[in-house]
Amino acid sequence: MVQLTLPKNSRMTTGKTWPAPEGATNVRKVKIYRWSPDEEKNPSVDTYFVDMDHCGPMVLDVLIKIKNEIDPTLTFRRSCREGICGSCAMNIDGINTLACIYGTDEIKGDIKIYPLPHMPVVKDLIPDLTHFYAQHASIMPWLETKTNRPAEEWRQSIEDRSKLDGLYECVMCASCSTACPSYWWNSDRYLGPAALLHAYRWIIDSRDEATGERLDDLEDPFKLYRCHTIMNCAKTCPKGLNPAKAIAEIKKMMVERTI
Amino acid sequence: MAAYELIDHDYDVVVVGAGGAGLRATLGMAEQGLRTACVTKVFPTRSHTVAAQGGIAASLGNMGPDNWKWHMYDTIKGSDWLGDNDTIEYVTREAPRAVYELEHYGVPFSRTEEGKIYQRPFGGHTSEFGEGPATSRACAAADRTGHAMLHTLYGQSLKHNAEFYIEYFALDLIMSDSGACEGIIAWKLDDGTMHRFNAKMVVLATGGAGRTYFSATSAHTCTGDGGGMVIRAGLPLQDMEFVQFHPTGIYGAGMLITEGVRGEGGYLTNSEGERFMERYAPTYKDLASRDVVSRCMTLEIREGRGVGPKKDHIYLNLSHLPPEVIHERLPGIAESARIFAGVDVTREPIPVLPTCHYNMGGIPTNYWGEVLNPTKDDPDAVVPGLMAAGESASASLHGANRLGTNSLLDLVVMGRATSIRAGEVIDRKAPCPEPDQAKSDAILERFDRIRNASGSYATADLRLEMQHTMQNDAAVFRTQQSLADGCTAIKAVWDKLSDVKVTDRSLIWNSDLMETLELENLMANAMTIMYGAEARKESRGAQAREDFPDRDDKNWRKHTLATVDPSGAVSLTYRPVHVDPLTTFKEGGIDVKKIAPKVRVY
Repeated sequence: MVQLTLPKNSRMTTGKTWPAPEGATNVRKVKIYRWSPDEEKNPSVDTYFVDMDHCGPMVLDVLIKIKNEIDPTLTFRRSCREGICGSCAMNIDGINTLACIYGTDEIKGDIKIYPLPHMPVVKDLIPDLTHFYAQHASIMPWLETKTNRPAEEWRQSIEDRSKLDGLYECVMCASCSTACPSYWWNSDRYLGPAALLHAYRWIIDSRDEATGERLDDLEDPFKLYRCHTIMNCAKTCPKGLNPAKAIAEIKKMMVERTI
Repeated sequence: MAAYELIDHDYDVVVVGAGGAGLRATLGMAEQGLRTACVTKVFPTRSHTVAAQGGIAASLGNMGPDNWKWHMYDTIKGSDWLGDNDTIEYVTREAPRAVYELEHYGVPFSRTEEGKIYQRPFGGHTSEFGEGPATSRACAAADRTGHAMLHTLYGQSLKHNAEFYIEYFALDLIMSDSGACEGIIAWKLDDGTMHRFNAKMVVLATGGAGRTYFSATSAHTCTGDGGGMVIRAGLPLQDMEFVQFHPTGIYGAGMLITEGVRGEGGYLTNSEGERFMERYAPTYKDLASRDVVSRCMTLEIREGRGVGPKKDHIYLNLSHLPPEVIHERLPGIAESARIFAGVDVTREPIPVLPTCHYNMGGIPTNYWGEVLNPTKDDPDAVVPGLMAAGESASASLHGANRLGTNSLLDLVVMGRATSIRAGEVIDRKAPCPEPDQAKSDAILERFDRIRNASGSYATADLRLEMQHTMQNDAAVFRTQQSLADGCTAIKAVWDKLSDVKVTDRSLIWNSDLMETLELENLMANAMTIMYGAEARKESRGAQAREDFPDRDDKNWRKHTLATVDPSGAVSLTYRPVHVDPLTTFKEGGIDVKKIAPKVRVY
């Protein structure tokens, strides 16, 4: 039987509304998903008011300001604050993205922040990415070679190297996979756009000598073929990459090697 | 105290940190069959190595003649003659091998027409022992070299089935009464459990402490945790006063814009549109070393030639570069400049300012990565069971100033060196050290005290006070007045630490508590920076004293060693610089006449 409502313990409740800063004239309302494993309560949405005249331009600046000045219990991952480490992926204004490079000026009305969708939540905005990481590890994310290593570098033409552009830049933030309806339903067996993008990055590397094994491993009704070209991955990627295209390329290689 | 149950793990080696140095160490240990755990507070690819942009130095000579001895000379000169020459020889000699190894692991280096690794010029890297033109020595993967390297090293670690403990926050070292390290205790964030790692060798690869300053290129997680642990163990930190200010952090936001921009032909201008570096460094101009360029920029601003409405920053110009060069070799900074400065680099200059970037100082080690605790009789006495590598360590490859692209090199060469040495000194058949319950309890008591801290100062407020103090009093230019004031001010912050307030009492992902523990670590670093700088009455590398403008080799060519006791009393001692290279001229090494101290001109 299809379940059409959220399970009881996942239903959202209204959380705490924190007082607005006094004397501020440029205030924005920020609504943030809260859930703590220590309390036997359903998740809630807390409401904060942030003085934007004394806050940086990005959503991460807003979160840090709230944590520093209003509510130190608010919990989220962050590190580089420049869009390269991939820590602060979350759902902002309905879009999976990195909080550190998403400007508050891109959001109309209240700023709504939730954890990445369809992942188990550890606390507040922190999803459990264990399974996501295991899928990345499963695609053999390293160079496999069989011929003897040269004394210097493997040679690679500028053209062959350019085939890695748009692939190697992935920061493994999981925005794409958690935006994919196929991944929502079948993430136990479908690898999802991020892991497949990485798979293609090694398949297409002219130095790699395990293309056959890599394709064999993906020749599976679920691992690869649950991609239905919905393209949410490409639409949401905060680094502007196109995992759907990488997946299509793998599918093409699968066909080509059978003819 | 609440009861904390300890979960015990026994390993030959425990590596703390999973950036470039931690991963390369882990990988090398695992390859040799040593039972190795890598404990890290962030998922490996989130470590700050990921943000390195410009390249990794090695004298491959892919773009023209090069030689490891030229690289060695440049590094010694860059260090302003404070680096240890044995370490510098070891690292520069090993550099080509290390880079080829990375390439074989799969790093997607940019390529030359011949299909070789692409190399670009970088500040302070020259030819012919500083007599020839700038050389192309920085091996680059576009302007995302650190990202490419870190992801590749993580993949290799997976290939070798390295064991990771991810999102575990290391609290402290377990030190025996005889002064040996026997393991660590770490707090597992996602379920709140406590773990004791008993190990024959602990390798600290915890990164820098950039967040001691208000404006830093460093990530929020660069909190000098290894330095904090070492100071609490009663061991010294070395040369902490040498803090590198990168010339080109984005004005206001602080994000790094790689020196590779200048390597590719970009240059700095003042409010008069003058390319002022030509005046200060006639030979290498914008490619002088970082401490020099940062000082020149600061002088230009002071003398009223800064740009912008407040005349308080400088322009970095690259719009004259062909669009395909920007697209192919500098795509990442084009993106950063657009997002954080609103600048289209094909049309406009980037507003930049010298920004805190790197700690040359750190945990003192020899060139094998073994941690030193110098005694009166032996300035190179080793701490049994403890190693350090990467930015957390001071080997000392960088001395008083690091050359760009030598940090990524440091990570892989020294990370590997620890694994080679560990393979030699670890007795695989010996049992792991028996856990010391009293020492473990003391670590847990500190954790519990901070977890339940209910004082008057919020963590964020104290952190800000520390950051402003460091920014105001220990920046690019320093004076006796600023440093003496700084010592008083930073000690005042130290005293307030015992009156800190933690709001979140939970054990699962309590980031309020984690930030407080990190603040204690940052403060240990900040104290040693400020006091070390106050005591050093000379200018050398990144330490520019207006009251002592010259380098004083007679009195100050020596490493500072700083310890901090729990009351906040800083003790300073010194140890000699290793001036002898590893090999003699006859054995094929560098001619020592070439590396004798002289006036540093670029």
